[in-house]
Amino acid sequence: MRTSDLPASISLWRKIVNKLMTILVIVAVILAVIPLLLILGDVVIRGAPALSLGFLIHSLPTSTKGLSGGIGPAIVGSFTMVGIAALISVPIGVGAGIFFSEWASSRLSTISGFMNDVLTGFPSIVIGLFVFVIIVLPTKQSSAFAGGVALSFVMLPIIARTTGESLKLVPMTLREASMALGIPRWKTVIRIVISTGKRGLLTGILLAVARATGETAPILLTASTSIYFAKSIFQPTASLTVFIYNYGTSGSASWQTEAWGAALVLILIMLGLNLLVKLTIGRNPIGARMEL
Amino acid sequence: MLGGTLKISKHKNLDLSSVKLATKDLKAQFGKAQVLKGINLNFPENKVTAIMGPSGCGKTTLIRCLNRIHELTPNAKVEGEVILDGVNIYSPQVDPVVVRRRIGMVFQKANPFPTMSIFDNAVAGLKLAGVRDKEKLDSVAEKSLRMAFLWDEVKDDLKKSGVNLSGGQQQRLCIARALAVEPEVVLMDEPCSALDPLATAKIEESIVALKKEFTIIIVTHNMQQAARISDFTAFMYLGQLIEFDTTSEVFENPKSELTEKYITGKFG
Amino acid sequence: MQFRLLRGDTILIIILAAAALFIIGLVIALAVELYSGSVASIFQFGPGFLIGSQWEPGKNVFGALPFVYGTLVTSAIAIVIGFPISLGVAIFISEKLKSHLTFGYLLGTVVDLLAAVPSVIYGLWGVFILIPLLRDYVEKPLHSSLGFIPLFSGHPFGYDFFTAGVILAIMIIPTISAVSRDVLSEVPNSQREAMFSLGATDWEVTQKAVLPYARSGIFGAFILGLGRAFGETMAVTMVIGNIPSISSSFFSPGATLSSIIANQFGESSGIFQSSIIELGLILFFVALLINVLARLLLWRMTRGTRVKV
Repeated sequence: MRTSDLPASISLWRKIVNKLMTILVIVAVILAVIPLLLILGDVVIRGAPALSLGFLIHSLPTSTKGLSGGIGPAIVGSFTMVGIAALISVPIGVGAGIFFSEWASSRLSTISGFMNDVLTGFPSIVIGLFVFVIIVLPTKQSSAFAGGVALSFVMLPIIARTTGESLKLVPMTLREASMALGIPRWKTVIRIVISTGKRGLLTGILLAVARATGETAPILLTASTSIYFAKSIFQPTASLTVFIYNYGTSGSASWQTEAWGAALVLILIMLGLNLLVKLTIGRNPIGARMEL
Repeated sequence: MLGGTLKISKHKNLDLSSVKLATKDLKAQFGKAQVLKGINLNFPENKVTAIMGPSGCGKTTLIRCLNRIHELTPNAKVEGEVILDGVNIYSPQVDPVVVRRRIGMVFQKANPFPTMSIFDNAVAGLKLAGVRDKEKLDSVAEKSLRMAFLWDEVKDDLKKSGVNLSGGQQQRLCIARALAVEPEVVLMDEPCSALDPLATAKIEESIVALKKEFTIIIVTHNMQQAARISDFTAFMYLGQLIEFDTTSEVFENPKSELTEKYITGKFG
Repeated sequence: MQFRLLRGDTILIIILAAAALFIIGLVIALAVELYSGSVASIFQFGPGFLIGSQWEPGKNVFGALPFVYGTLVTSAIAIVIGFPISLGVAIFISEKLKSHLTFGYLLGTVVDLLAAVPSVIYGLWGVFILIPLLRDYVEKPLHSSLGFIPLFSGHPFGYDFFTAGVILAIMIIPTISAVSRDVLSEVPNSQREAMFSLGATDWEVTQKAVLPYARSGIFGAFILGLGRAFGETMAVTMVIGNIPSISSSFFSPGATLSSIIANQFGESSGIFQSSIIELGLILFFVALLINVLARLLLWRMTRGTRVKV
């Protein structure tokens, strides 16, 4: 019979380290979650006093006495610019995404796909500078249009990537069956796109819209700001994010409260969009994420 | 005759004092499915015991219960006892980490650690236990690699990564890795199923040599392999132990109809 | 019939390929136009711009060093704080919550939600809540007790590198932890079981089998987080003070490449504006390099198959 000279239990040190690491890991989770709760809490507490129907409709405050004025032009401005951005980025993004998926083996697809991924993580202020140079400088004019174009370049890589990823999930058999029936490639591709449904494409678009709605830097440089509702897209316009920046960093207490109010409205819009995304894709099959 | 009565032969040389590992009414669940329905099995010391049966009979789950790996799977549950040298390894006072050191395992598909060299793979378990002495590590590495019949092929390449070895060599590396911590029992879950006949033969050779120092329990679906290398054979079906006896008895004189059917190839 | 099919296919390919080309063109155009916008500054200051430590709009003297410094310092603080926390979250969800997948998913979602908060709201929160908190409970005590160490020597007003670093840390947590989570889930279970069966504790399995296997992916996550920290603008600009200074103290105000652009671009013109655009050009190349590096690392981890990020 072979006797074992092994210890009856593992060393105390190993046990301590194991317990310690478990605790550290839990601490990390707590540290990660607390800021979120604090921020959301503060936005609600500090922003609620500013909220009223008038707040949502009136023009920007000009007087610092009391809670006058509202964020009407800011809301309209944000929606306008995101709308312009969507008009530009959705067709190009979806198109590129389809190309990434259906012609995945081509060199162009690999290079463009790689560039696209790189573009996703880009500082948006650089994009703002870019649009400033190509649109604002020549036209000598900040405008909602320039802001929209800047936002479109922020949205584009997100849409292209999520479109591509969700199309790739469509089983090959669908394409093969369609082609085997003699249906031309281009009709097959359109079928695939429709078959993934609004789910795949809509997710990407919603994520991109959410991202664009929260952006400040690109439109700060290109759309400037305005107190009034913009009359044309070729003029400067207010926006929720720039409003928060300007009024939040002002010296006036009532303006700061209104900035918090705008922040609350913005958070509600973002959460709403995020919720829509979760509803359309259920349990995140393509791992689509807000910030990436 | 499903779930037929258990046939164990009171073999002349099998007395209880030479039983190394035994299960007592071992039950295992995976989710809602009852995979093991109460297994009572004695594994003789310093012998090779083969566990056979058709797919789904629970043989893999059984050996994964023997070194407490089964409970790591989410939604897995184990009931009953597994007794090593008189101690139930499932009792609350026993640390599973120690159990796994004393009962080692070789898996179906070779799984060397890709970021470690051959040498580091072999001594990985020793380093875990805190062994730092370079001479000791070197000597144990050589001893285990020799026991796994791999030393001659890798002795000049110990610092190289293990991933460039062939499938058979990788599996022998995993055997060496398991042996290096000096376990008392070595569990093997169909270790040759992914290998070609030549690599299989080498490993079978090493298993037969190993039983001098270790108790070996091997799951296999290859009857010729069981006949070649094992001293005892257990036959399982649908989560129950059907028959257990010396290999020659099981193959030449099966007591259960199910066993006979399996051996003669009448079902999977 | 065949002729008609070819027509439709060709038109589709051309349209789609054009879209793909647009993306490549966009990146190139970014470089080109930023260059053209900064040409005046490039010619005036040459390569010395990169190491020039003076930034004085009043005297038309411009140099990028204070901002490169600021970007590096704040990002370093962000990574030192944010990376361990992110990795901890990823390990918790991936290794400890295996039997509780729903809870893991929910927790992951909550952490990801941090990324949904717009940068400007982080900035607002930073100004009104984080700055007073850090200044009174962290910076002042550190300064009074350890002020002889250069790192803590500046008198803390709250608008400084440290606060910017902390806010950045919070902002990069969702990025790093999301990527790390994906990477850890790609580690085959057989690796864990192999380590367990040698007699390892839970942590030892994570430390010696899981993390080494996933190391290039985790490094990729690290780099992506770093890239995100480099490019963050609004939150940083609102809490860093925007004073171009190169100080060894964490408690001094400073500026980063992106924060100074946001802060001073509006009032700039002429050579001033051109210099700011040159800062943008530098930021562009830094971001490009980092993102390319990160993506290469992540692609290598999954050996060509796309990582789900």
